[in-house]
Amino acid sequence: MARSSQITNSFAIEPRAGVRYLTLVLAFLLCLGSTHGWAEQGKPQQEKQTKQQQTQQSKQQPPQKNDQKQMRGLDEQIQEIKSDVLSISAELSLLEEKLLFPSGTEVAIFVLLAKGDTMRLDAVRLQIDGKPVASYIYSFKELEALRKGGVQRIYVGNVATGDHQLEVVVEGKQKSGAEFSRTEHFAFSKDVKPKLVGLTLAGPDSGSPPIALGEW
Amino acid sequence: MKRAPRLLLGLGLAVGLATRPAVGADLRDLYFGEALYEAYQGKYFDALQCLDTELAQYRDLDEPRLDTLHYHINDAEFSVGDFELSYRMHLRAGRAIKAVLEGAVDDAVRNEAAFRLARILFQKDQLDDAQNALARIQGAVPREIHDDIEFLRANIDMATGRPGEAVKVLKQPRSGESLTGFVAYNLGIALFQDNQPKEAIDQLDKAGRLEAGDDAALAVRDKSNLVLGTLLFETGDFDRAKQSLDRVRLEGPFSNQALLRAGWAEATAKQYDRALVPWNILADREPTDSAVQEAMLALPNAYANLNLHGRAAILYGRALELYSKQIDKVDASIGSIRDGRFLEDLIREESRQDETWVIRLRSLPDAPETYYLMELMASHDFQTALHNYLDLEDLKARLVAWKTSLDAFADIIRLRGQNYEPLLPEVDAKFRTLDSRMRLRLEQRKHLAERLQAMLTAPRPEYLATSEERMAGERLALIEKQIGDSKTANAIALRQRAARLRGAITWRTRTEYDERLTAAYAHLKELQAHVDALTRQYDAYVRTRQAATHSYVGYDAQIERLGRRVGDALQRVDIVMAQQGRMIETVAIDQLQGRRDRLLAQQVEARFAVADSYDRAARAEPAKEKH
Repeated sequence: MARSSQITNSFAIEPRAGVRYLTLVLAFLLCLGSTHGWAEQGKPQQEKQTKQQQTQQSKQQPPQKNDQKQMRGLDEQIQEIKSDVLSISAELSLLEEKLLFPSGTEVAIFVLLAKGDTMRLDAVRLQIDGKPVASYIYSFKELEALRKGGVQRIYVGNVATGDHQLEVVVEGKQKSGAEFSRTEHFAFSKDVKPKLVGLTLAGPDSGSPPIALGEW
Repeated sequence: MKRAPRLLLGLGLAVGLATRPAVGADLRDLYFGEALYEAYQGKYFDALQCLDTELAQYRDLDEPRLDTLHYHINDAEFSVGDFELSYRMHLRAGRAIKAVLEGAVDDAVRNEAAFRLARILFQKDQLDDAQNALARIQGAVPREIHDDIEFLRANIDMATGRPGEAVKVLKQPRSGESLTGFVAYNLGIALFQDNQPKEAIDQLDKAGRLEAGDDAALAVRDKSNLVLGTLLFETGDFDRAKQSLDRVRLEGPFSNQALLRAGWAEATAKQYDRALVPWNILADREPTDSAVQEAMLALPNAYANLNLHGRAAILYGRALELYSKQIDKVDASIGSIRDGRFLEDLIREESRQDETWVIRLRSLPDAPETYYLMELMASHDFQTALHNYLDLEDLKARLVAWKTSLDAFADIIRLRGQNYEPLLPEVDAKFRTLDSRMRLRLEQRKHLAERLQAMLTAPRPEYLATSEERMAGERLALIEKQIGDSKTANAIALRQRAARLRGAITWRTRTEYDERLTAAYAHLKELQAHVDALTRQYDAYVRTRQAATHSYVGYDAQIERLGRRVGDALQRVDIVMAQQGRMIETVAIDQLQGRRDRLLAQQVEARFAVADSYDRAARAEPAKEKH
């Protein structure tokens, strides 16, 4: 029964919603499948082979456990390094912001998609006071991230306090495949605090304004 | 208490634990949205960096309720744990979720946190702690995780050697259908572990016949049939074993094992001719698969049992050829790994394009070292090790870039210093002069405003005299002084004339007083507009002046400290990366060595068998001739 308990101990299959995990699930299941020992009963040659396999497995057991232990030890070290690097990164990004984008002049522009919008966003271009400041072409992954509710910081820069003009050009495709392009002009005012501008984009068939400016 | 070995649980759990951050209501905080944007693309480092910074700033606020993150704070706290988990930082994820558990949150949030913590602990093999975390679930439980909690509870029961408890939990009715196949399969296994083999077989039979809509459910159904076939085979019920194994799809991930076992089920029942069907299918499949390699020996064995020794000899010869080729391939793979090619392939950009990179590695050209590593790659610890290696590579690239950035920052600061240092003393001197003049004028304006205010209650017409009137008054006073006390007719006439003129001035200032006071107020108001503009300009100048100083003063120590930290981290990354790489290579080589040993044993067996088959075939020929 040793063999069958080996089989039945490999029970825990944890499901996961979402297709993106499917391949890994299959790999996992494949792995489970291939670990089962099997031998033809009543065939001495096969039994011998199985015994050899079991002996090999039992011989391999301690190094495997050692490997596992070492892997986990390294894993913990790596977690510590990640933690350290994250903290360096946080300090560095604050320093960068302070040095390059002081709050008195900082303006950050964000792009988000209207809820449930189905348009395929291809590109966004921005001009502040007639000067091009950002131009972005979206990958499939980025578009998916926007559709799920993510927000892209498309531009961060410096402007003087006072009133400014923002021109936004959006290019994309509708659900039908037809291409569309929209240009809108907005005015915004910069004071001594950092300026956060959110651009909510929507396709022409959504019924929402194609480009809406919101200030945070 | 005996604990079931759970070497292979990890991946399933890792898959299960890769949770999805969610934006509950409409997004109110752009930086939280930015963290989600990064996370949705699998860029967990960036997501964490963004959200960590945002949360730290939120916690430092005097009135966090006024901050936009306040609307998402629960989501944000959970998301940090999720991102850390996805970034394989289980220790920090556990701490983040514990923080939620200990915070003042409502039942639903606390229970969800307890569930997530239990899953992490289960994955880290801390079963008692996982159970304790589940025990903290009390009160309202979010409906969408109710089934998941019970499923996890059953898994913990099974892992801690209490299959009876797991059976009770798994038998409970469930609201959702997403877990149906998994629950059915796990229930079968729990029943078997609980020494209820008959019930286990019935349950696995049910699990093996469930409707399956997607590939994962189909795979679980195949798995159920494969395990059921194995159990039935071991109980000697070859017919049912065969039926069960036949239900496994021919294209699924378990098809090779199912075909192999179906063949053995027939062969054990002495139905060698029927065993040939699955084994012949198998013999034409991917030769690196262990089931295929085993079938290469089993197939001629079946022909030998059918007394077709000539055919058996040819097939043993084919098997020998295959084993030799495969041994060469494994040797090439081992050599390639020793040359560092495996790690090179790992960090190839194309192997990291999507989440299935581990699987796709196999199809990379010129990567023979991955052919035999599928099983290893599907194990959780090895997967984590591979991902960690990639993470280290990514961290290294970031640290190197930051080092350059820090050098650039130091340069910017130096240049700003060079630019501002000579300019500022002169600017400051001019500013001081202007500042004192401005202060004087402001003081005067204040004085005027006070005087006008006082004149509302105590009228002083002389204060509103024009300059001409004031000058005339002064001249009259001078004339009067020159006349003195003289009593001459001429002096008297002059005095009267001066008095008339003074009277005229007084008359004018008094009669025009109200009008003049109103005009004075209007002028003061106009002046106020100028003073406001001046104050704005003054403040802007002060801010700009401060910004000029802040743009290059006070950074040296921070940049130096950051530079040291980056350098230290780089060193640590290099060391651990080398260790991690060696570990991955060693484990991979061990795995390949195991496969090589197995191939060698099969080769020896085939060599003996081919000779034996030729002998038998040769002996059979004269016997035929005699007949």
